[in-house]
Parts: sequence; C-alpha cells; structure tokens
Amino acid sequence: MEEPILAFKDVKKVYHGGTVGVEDVNLTINKGEFVCMIGTSGSGKTTLMRMVNRMHDATSGEILFNGKNIKKIDPVALRRQIGYVIQNIGLMPHMTIYDNITLVPRLLKWSDEKKRAQAKKLCQEVELPEEFLTRYPSQLSGGQQQRVGVIRALAANQDLILMDEPFGALDPITRESLQDLVSDLQKRLNKTIIFVTHDIDEALRLATQVVILDNGHIVQHGAPEEILQHPANDFVRNFLGEERLSQARAELSTVDQIMLTDPVTITMERSIPEAIKLMRQRRVDTLLVVDGHGFFKGYVDIDTITSHYKRATSVSDLLSTDMPTLQKDTLVRKTVRKMLNRDFKYLPVVDDKQKLLGIVTRTTMVDVVYDTIWGEGTADETAADQEGETTAPAAVHEGK
Amino acid sequence: MSEMGLWQQFWYYMTHNGSYVLEQFSRHFLIAIYGVLLAAVVGIPLGILIARYKKLSATTIGIANVIQTIPSLAMLSILMLALGLGVNTVIVTVFLYSILPIVKNTYTGMNNVNRAVIDTAQGMGMTRMQQLFLVELPLSVSVIMAGVRNALVVAIGNVAIGAFVGAGGLGDIIIRGTNATDGGAIILAGALPTALMAIIADLLLGWAERKLQPHGM
Repeated sequence: MEEPILAFKDVKKVYHGGTVGVEDVNLTINKGEFVCMIGTSGSGKTTLMRMVNRMHDATSGEILFNGKNIKKIDPVALRRQIGYVIQNIGLMPHMTIYDNITLVPRLLKWSDEKKRAQAKKLCQEVELPEEFLTRYPSQLSGGQQQRVGVIRALAANQDLILMDEPFGALDPITRESLQDLVSDLQKRLNKTIIFVTHDIDEALRLATQVVILDNGHIVQHGAPEEILQHPANDFVRNFLGEERLSQARAELSTVDQIMLTDPVTITMERSIPEAIKLMRQRRVDTLLVVDGHGFFKGYVDIDTITSHYKRATSVSDLLSTDMPTLQKDTLVRKTVRKMLNRDFKYLPVVDDKQKLLGIVTRTTMVDVVYDTIWGEGTADETAADQEGETTAPAAVHEGK
Repeated sequence: MSEMGLWQQFWYYMTHNGSYVLEQFSRHFLIAIYGVLLAAVVGIPLGILIARYKKLSATTIGIANVIQTIPSLAMLSILMLALGLGVNTVIVTVFLYSILPIVKNTYTGMNNVNRAVIDTAQGMGMTRMQQLFLVELPLSVSVIMAGVRNALVVAIGNVAIGAFVGAGGLGDIIIRGTNATDGGAIILAGALPTALMAIIADLLLGWAERKLQPHGM
C-alpha cells in the first residue's frame, strides 16, 4: 500500500501551564483524502491541524509527513510544502492578488515566467478573471478573496493543504459555492486536505474521512456514512443531532437491516399441493424457492399455480426466475426505487453467493418511511421531504 | 534703526545677515536631523523588539515616558554636566526626546498588523526576517513614519533651546535678540525660520508617510 501522506503517532500537546491541547492521537491520513476535523471549540481540532506544519510543536509522540518525522524537517521548508488557508483569509493587504498567489513560489525562488504561468493557470481553475491579478485584496469581495486564499495554498503544487475554518466568515451562498470549489479541486488535482470546521453539515458534505474530537481526544474517526450509521457514543450522537441520524438511517441503512428474516420458502422437489397448503397456512400468495442448502432459485406464486397446476407435479415445474434479488448490503433508498418502479411487492435478499437471507416487502418500506417521519417523535423538515419522495410512487401504484 | 517698524527692521536684518541666518538654519536643521536619525536607528529596532517580546514593552515604554516628562531646559543642563558645552549635548537631548514617539509608534504599528496576516505569513513558510521585511514593516511603516515626523517637529523646537549650551542654530539668533535693546526683530529673525522649518518638516514627512503607505490599504 502507498505510504500515508500523514501519520500521527501517540501525539500529545500540553500547553504552558499544563492545559492539555490534544492527547493520544493516532491517525493515519492517506493521499487524496479529504479529512474534516470537527469538534466544539476547545476540542483541540485547530491545535491538531496546526501541529502538522509545526505552527505548534507536539509535546510528545511523532507526526510523519510522507514517512518523515516533521521534527527533523526545518519548519520553514516544511510549511512551504504544505498549503495553508485560514478563516480570516489572511491575504497580504499590501500585495496585489498576483503577489499573493505567487507568495510561496516567490519564497521558493521560482522564475518569473513560471510564477506568471502558475498564477494564470490557477485563476482559470477557479474562474477568477485574469485582470484581478493586478488588484488588491480590498478591491475584492469576501468570497473572491477566499477563492484567492484557496488557490494561493495550491500555488507551489503542495500536496497537502491545511484549512482552518476557511469558510466560517462567509455568507451561506458564497460558502456553498466555495465548498463545491474546494471539493472539486481536491478531487481533480488529487490533493489531500485537512479541513477544520465546527459545522457538521460542512464536514459531512465535504469529507471522505471525519475526525470527531472532544476534549483533546479523537472520539471517532471514519467515513461520514460510517459515523452516521454507527455513532461511537452519546457525544457523537448529540453532535450529529437526531435529525441527521434518522435521515441517515433512511439514507444509509442497508436492506439486511430492515429485511424480514423468515421468508416463506419451499424447496424445488416439493409437490404443488404441499405448496398450496403452505401458502394457506402462512397466508401468502407467493413462495420463495430455494435448494437444499438455502440458495435462492426463484419463486412460485398463486397465479401460476391456478393456471398450470394440472400439468405440474413439483414446484420446480412452475418455478419463475424473473424476480430480481437484492444484495444484503444494498442501500434501502435504492431498493425503494427498484421495488416501486418495477412493481414488485417484495424482493428476496441474498448474500453474494445467492444464499437467501430474508425478504423486503412493501410493508417493510412503510416501516422505514414511518420511522423517518415519526420514529424519533419529530416531524421535521427533512423527514417531510423524505415522505414526499417515497410515498408518492406508492400512491400511484395503488391507483392502478 | 529705531524709526523703522518691526517688520522693516526684520527685513533689514534678514537682508544684511541673510547668509548668517541661513547658516544657523542649516546647522539647526542638521542638529535636529542627527538626533532624530539616531533615535530612529535605536528606536525602530527597539520598537520591533518589544512588539515581539511583549514583556519588555511596559518597562521600555515606561522609561521613555519618564524621559519625556523632564523639561527640556533641565535635560540640557543635566546632560551638560556630563557632556559639557557644545552640539553633542543637544544631539543627545534630541535623541532622548525622540525615543518615545518612535518606539511607541513602531510598537503600535507592529501590533496593529492583522494577526491573521502574520499567521498566514508564518504558516506559508516565511522566515522571521521575511515576515518582518515583507509583511510587518510594510504594513506598519506609515505609523512608524508618523512617529518620526512627530519626533522631528518636537526636535526642531528643542534645538532652539540648545543655543544655551553653545550649540548654535537659530536659537542663537533668538538669544541675541533677547539680549539686545529693542531686539524684537532679531528674535523674529530666529523664531520665524524655526517655525517655518517645523512646518516644512511636518509637511514633508506627512507627504512621505502617505507615499510609504502601501497600495491597497
């Protein structure tokens, strides 16, 4: 495996006077990750980020940048390899946009042509008109300034970029467009970004990895879906908020979490009368057909039986195989579509070897929708959205 | 002579002793400039230093404040005991009075540079010196210049008193006037150029201050 771009090993930071900034931090960041560090104020998220470019030095433990202990790298040289964007933008007010963008290249003594070309290229990347290069920061709007702040951090082709609440001071619309921009740049240029924020929506939106900090400790670390599905403790749950969690349950739960695990099944060699008996007993109109080892083969339903039972002796004669199956880790929200669009009342759930695990019925879907809306006792906006989304096709179906 | 009006007398004096007045004018100016330059050479680095090491600032500015409270005539007399008569005593006096405005303005100027700007400068990989020369000084130079301007105007006034310890300058002409009977015109011949010098110095440095203010601010 490729070497991680950044690794924290037992990192601890104690301030003068004994206040612990962060403690027991073990974290590996791979190249191309978008890592959001999130926590309340005083949780140590900024401290942790600032240790990467040695704006703070760790008290103990080590931080490896491309496998090399950063304590062995000269801080000035280290910082020139790492992009840096802060909340208050921090553009040099006495320098033109051009001089601001090419600041690190200038420190690295690039040639004029190279700097000029880089500045032009970066302006195109973020759709800033080139005539901005001769302007001063005060002549630009806040959003434009932070755009410059972002490309300035990329100007010397840094692979790793640190961002400390970069969009905190912007209005929501500008913030959103900058989030899109950063997310796009990160993917396109394959940068690794460490992004400190206290806005959980921002973190969930941008991150490939979320690191949740509380009181100087990492409480949970994982992909946003993972964290939403399995919050590590009450702190994380509170932090995420019930609204997001229930939304995520609907959005991110997989079919094996909601399926019924006792589908009515029958094996191939059974006779038709036996099948009808079973249907009557269990009050169903369809039986799922499996082989002796529980592998899904198809289904047999009452329609087929009524029209063909005279010609058939065993279930295998009337087997229909045109029913799609669901893999157990399929997302429920995708299932809903599949089921409603194709008019199935139920779909069997199988594992990757086609072994039957359970069944998802329309009734199960009703439960999911119900949980989203009323499950946690609050019929909030998001849940209402979901209602409109999932029940509408069902209503159409009933009308047929 | 006595039948002439004050202004006529003044004019008469100036036309007959023009070169003498001019000589004293330049001497006066140079004494002030030397003192202030010396103070700038010491005061600006000192101001930068105490802006970095804030613990030193209270003591340093405290001392400079105390110096400022000493009346200039008393200061001259005290220094005269140590340095004797002559121009050096005056230059040292000017130096001491200029320290406070220069140190204080440098300190304020450096402190007023936006923290975020310094943070990014450091975070992007500037050395301490690059931070100082590429960021902090350009952003505080106009405040520092305001201190120098202030110091120079005060210095021009103080140098006039320096004539008492034999340093020469326009103060010499003023003292000559006070010693003469009906010396009003002579006093004017010393006082008006002094005032003029102060005004011109103020205007010139004000202009320089604006010129040094970086673009985009």
